Amino acid sequence: MEISAIENSYLKHGTKYKGILGWLTSTDHKRIGLMYMYAIMIFFLVGGLLGGLMRLELFRPGQDYITAQTYNAVFTVHGVIMIFLVVIPGLAAVFGNILMPIMIGARDVAFPKLNLFSFYIYIFGAILAISSQFLGKGAPDTGWTFYAPYSTDTNTNVVAAVLAAFVLGFSSILTGLNFIVTIHRMRAPGMTWFKMPLFPWSLYATAWIQLLATPIVGITLLMIIAERWFKIGFFDPNLGGDPILFQHLFWIYSHPAVYIMILPAMGVITEIIPTFSQKRVFGYKAIVFSSVAIAAVGYLVWGHHMYTAGMSVTARWFFSLLTFIVAVPSAIKVFNWISTMYKGSINLQPPFFFTMAFIFNFMIGGLTGLVLGSLATDIHVHDTAFVVAHFHYIIFGGMGFAFLAAIHYWFPKIYGRMYNNKLANTSCALIFGGFTLLYFPQFIIGLQGMPRRYFDYLPKYEWGQVFSFFGAIVLGIGILIMLINLFKSARKGKIASSNPWGGKTLEWTIASPPTVENFEEIPIITEGPYEYK
Amino acid sequence: MENSITHTEHRDDTASKMGMWLFIFTELLLFGGLFIVYSVYRSKYTADFHVAANQLNTFIGTVNTVILLVSSMTVAMSVTALRTGNKGLTLKLLATTIFFAFLFLVNKYFEWGLKFEHHLYPGSELMLTLKRGELLFFGLYFFMTGLHALHIIVGMILLIVIYRKIQTGRITKDDNVLLENGGLYWHLVDLIWIFLFPLLYLIS
Ligand code: HEM
Ligand SMILES: [Cu+2]
Repeated sequence: MEISAIENSYLKHGTKYKGILGWLTSTDHKRIGLMYMYAIMIFFLVGGLLGGLMRLELFRPGQDYITAQTYNAVFTVHGVIMIFLVVIPGLAAVFGNILMPIMIGARDVAFPKLNLFSFYIYIFGAILAISSQFLGKGAPDTGWTFYAPYSTDTNTNVVAAVLAAFVLGFSSILTGLNFIVTIHRMRAPGMTWFKMPLFPWSLYATAWIQLLATPIVGITLLMIIAERWFKIGFFDPNLGGDPILFQHLFWIYSHPAVYIMILPAMGVITEIIPTFSQKRVFGYKAIVFSSVAIAAVGYLVWGHHMYTAGMSVTARWFFSLLTFIVAVPSAIKVFNWISTMYKGSINLQPPFFFTMAFIFNFMIGGLTGLVLGSLATDIHVHDTAFVVAHFHYIIFGGMGFAFLAAIHYWFPKIYGRMYNNKLANTSCALIFGGFTLLYFPQFIIGLQGMPRRYFDYLPKYEWGQVFSFFGAIVLGIGILIMLINLFKSARKGKIASSNPWGGKTLEWTIASPPTVENFEEIPIITEGPYEYK
Repeated sequence: MENSITHTEHRDDTASKMGMWLFIFTELLLFGGLFIVYSVYRSKYTADFHVAANQLNTFIGTVNTVILLVSSMTVAMSVTALRTGNKGLTLKLLATTIFFAFLFLVNKYFEWGLKFEHHLYPGSELMLTLKRGELLFFGLYFFMTGLHALHIIVGMILLIVIYRKIQTGRITKDDNVLLENGGLYWHLVDLIWIFLFPLLYLIS
């Protein structure tokens, strides 16, 4: 009898077209979100394989499998794919799309067609990014940061990669715009701003960053192209330009962009913890305001990527201070999460384990961020493996684990079926263990001086690289097990009830999986989102 | 969603306008990046910028400014005309706007053409012999006015689409938000020019 929920759901009913066309032409936010998810998974696997290739080359000192030039291309493509195709759209485009309208009691986003259009722009950008590998004179080798003047001089295929980043930025802007309007206009009657669940809140803050920061990198990337095609000179010292200006413009976007990645992740965690503690979230407003504060102060700290690049002492001092200030709201959230769990009735399920791993990794990532944010220590560790470890702890250990937590949390809602708990827990343990083994040693050899983006190194760093290599293998196995579990369960898993975890937000009040219209009748909201007894 | 059985029709004009305003905001920020570059180099190469700016044709610039201002007025009038239900007048005013946009591009073509004739274009040999600040000024000039011209073209296409939709009755007195949004976009294109004109042609 429960199986009829799946038969009646958005999974089976789409447009007038059948099969794959029914998905590709659908403006249903849930279908679009799922399409993003499949695309992102594929790109993640491609990016991950490239990462594995680098680990293989670094297994021993000296050149073993690939040349230095290939190595440069591999880390560039790895970075471009992971940053622009995987983590920036990541949570917002997938779970934001699938769940945000439901969580605010709406039938869809404000502009469903625009939503589908953003998806196609994303795919177009992805094709450009991938094709930059094969077209022209060799894959780009600038790193994902495209620093001038090298990016304006190298004769590899930089233009395609830069154009891809530009196009993907456009898609990101349109998604952000759509979400802002949706949240302003389509909340269910009675859902005041402070009765809105916290995942939509985090998406709201994120959407503003997407809107306000992305155009700056957009224009900067266009300038790089103009520089290459027309010798316009903005970043070329020979022509009077200033390469440091490029770094400023790039980081004015790209520091806020790291919050595009992490804010929705924090939002996911904030949904999961109350559900699995069966307790009202601690400090609802503090969480809201810290999201907004992160979005606001995050604009003013970009200079911490450039301490060694040539800036006045005053500027460096100021950026360092602001970097410390921006860490405060992040810490507030951690305290809120812990306090929410305190005296709750904790339910140890896979999403909760992923969440714990998130908090652990995020704390390490955040605290090492402070090491990088303080002037004196950063001079020592800038451009070393320490930085690599820092941002992987935040991006993979944080955003990545939040993504996995989100999948395991909302899986029954999305597919109407349940996965195998034991396998899910095993994969969580393997992924967490592998991740730690992979990135923790990078902190240590980074402190000892292992430079980043090098394909060769002194023998004294070998032990760390060997640990990392095996960590990568464990991590890979964990991801494989998880994928097998999820894919099998999506088709054959036990039928799930509409509220398997006892959650309180609106998505748990409707069928699993939801119908096309989500709600038969739009609910009227009278109390806050986390009113546990 | 015409062809789908998926959703109940949902219309929210306020949302559409809000979306347009947000989009306009991102466009302003796009040019904002260029304004930063402009101000950095202007303060670094004040004298060169002065010399270079004097070589721009202020007359064509002024004519184009007037053209855009008038076109902004006609597009605003067309919105009002549609609100009062005067379809014929709306179409005439829109056509005028599109014509002005075209005129702007023609002027721009001659203005750029003249520069090219004097071998002043990005990457030309003459450019590379100029003082660094002058070179950067012309680089900015071509980049900014080029990007702006691109926006004029996009705006023109948008207005043409809207024109067709009014003709075929898909934009009407009661369902006119698309025209309003088109008008808003056109004002944006105008607004950006209002910044570019003094920055490039007037102050020196
Ligand atoms: C607690 C807050 C954080 C602080 C204080 C912090 C600080 C820093 C600093 C100072 C650097 C520059 C290090 C150097 O190049 O020498 C850096 C690099 C980086 N951080 Fe963070 N960070 C924080 C959070 C994050 C978050 C949330 C993310 C992403 C989700 C992130 C991603 C990155 C990335 C990608 C880089 C390297 C960029 C590159 O050069 O390729 N960080 N961080
Ligand atoms: Cu940063």
